Amino acid sequence: MAKLESTFKNMVLSLVIISMVAAGALAGVYMLTLGNIEAQKKAKQEAAKQAVLAGHEDGIAVETAVDGFGGTFRVMVGFDQEGNILGYEILEHQETPGLGSHMEHWFKNADKPGQNIIGRKAGALQVSKDGGDVDAITAATITSRAFLKAVNQAYAEQFGVEAHTGASQLQPTEEAAEEEVVIIEETEVSHE
Amino acid sequence: MSNGLKVLTNGILKENPTFVLVLGMCPTLATTTSAINGMSMGLATMFVLICSNVVISLLKNLIPDKVRIPAFIVVIATFVTLVQLLMQAYLPAIYDVLGLFIPLIVVNCIVLGRAEAFAAKNSVGLSALDGIGMGLGFTLALTLLGAVRELLGTGACFGFHLFPDNYGALVFVLAPGAFIALAYLMVIINKLQKKS
Repeated sequence: MAKLESTFKNMVLSLVIISMVAAGALAGVYMLTLGNIEAQKKAKQEAAKQAVLAGHEDGIAVETAVDGFGGTFRVMVGFDQEGNILGYEILEHQETPGLGSHMEHWFKNADKPGQNIIGRKAGALQVSKDGGDVDAITAATITSRAFLKAVNQAYAEQFGVEAHTGASQLQPTEEAAEEEVVIIEETEVSHE
Repeated sequence: MSNGLKVLTNGILKENPTFVLVLGMCPTLATTTSAINGMSMGLATMFVLICSNVVISLLKNLIPDKVRIPAFIVVIATFVTLVQLLMQAYLPAIYDVLGLFIPLIVVNCIVLGRAEAFAAKNSVGLSALDGIGMGLGFTLALTLLGAVRELLGTGACFGFHLFPDNYGALVFVLAPGAFIALAYLMVIINKLQKKS
């Protein structure tokens, strides 16, 4: 069949039909995959929860979100009753592949104590560039800062202490200490 | 058949999208921080390229010339979104690795370039072969560039450490290293091609 002429009617018709078919295909596939995608997200969250608690049945998994280098990312952090970090998982992120994306493993590398945060007390963790003692990811300081902020924020959400961004040491107020006691009575809490 | 073979190898060597046509530089420079990243981006692009080439070749007589570019972009963007949704639902492990790169494929000018330069003028079969050839060429180029940058930057190749990463020059993993490594690879490849 011959090629359609570029008349106004042909152009409008052709674009409208192509767009409608494309929209239909997208809508169909979106509905088809929606259930699966949601299930995957849930499964990932459950798996992350298991992973961050590292077998501690009385641990607490806290989910939090911060702005990183490439957008918002969501982290799940596991704490024991005293607020020591049991583990963490990155649930979603858009950090630079090959640089910022190293945060998935960087801060739990047991061979490098300078960058490992597992087993440490959260609340005032900072990268060494800002006066703290956690080694930032090579060439991804902004991501590292955001990540530690997320961990501190998760701690603050759960234990009711303000996340410290300055270099000062963590000094819980009396109110905060009280809140901490209340939460200890709960066995397992997770923030959605 | 020899014509088909020529179309297929055209994209890999003579008109390699990265080293000869110099198209699609944004994903090339951005995603080749390691060999595996480069390869992943290349394969995802290849898939979209084959699909869009076939569909545009089928539709070529139904699209009036003056509106061909918007029509091509709708087709390409649709395929990219479909790939993203399907991968997210059924291949979550691969999506975890590739997910960041997939939306970048829409703006890759190789896909639009081949739609315009090849698929809009040739048969469905040849367009599919062109998609495979160009896709392979792009994948090979990105894998090579990624491997070079990873090796020089961190001392590893595909994640296997060949020498300690203290000896790596970090600049190669960063943006300036992408330009330097790409330029040198282009020089070497053009030199080799001229000789043969």
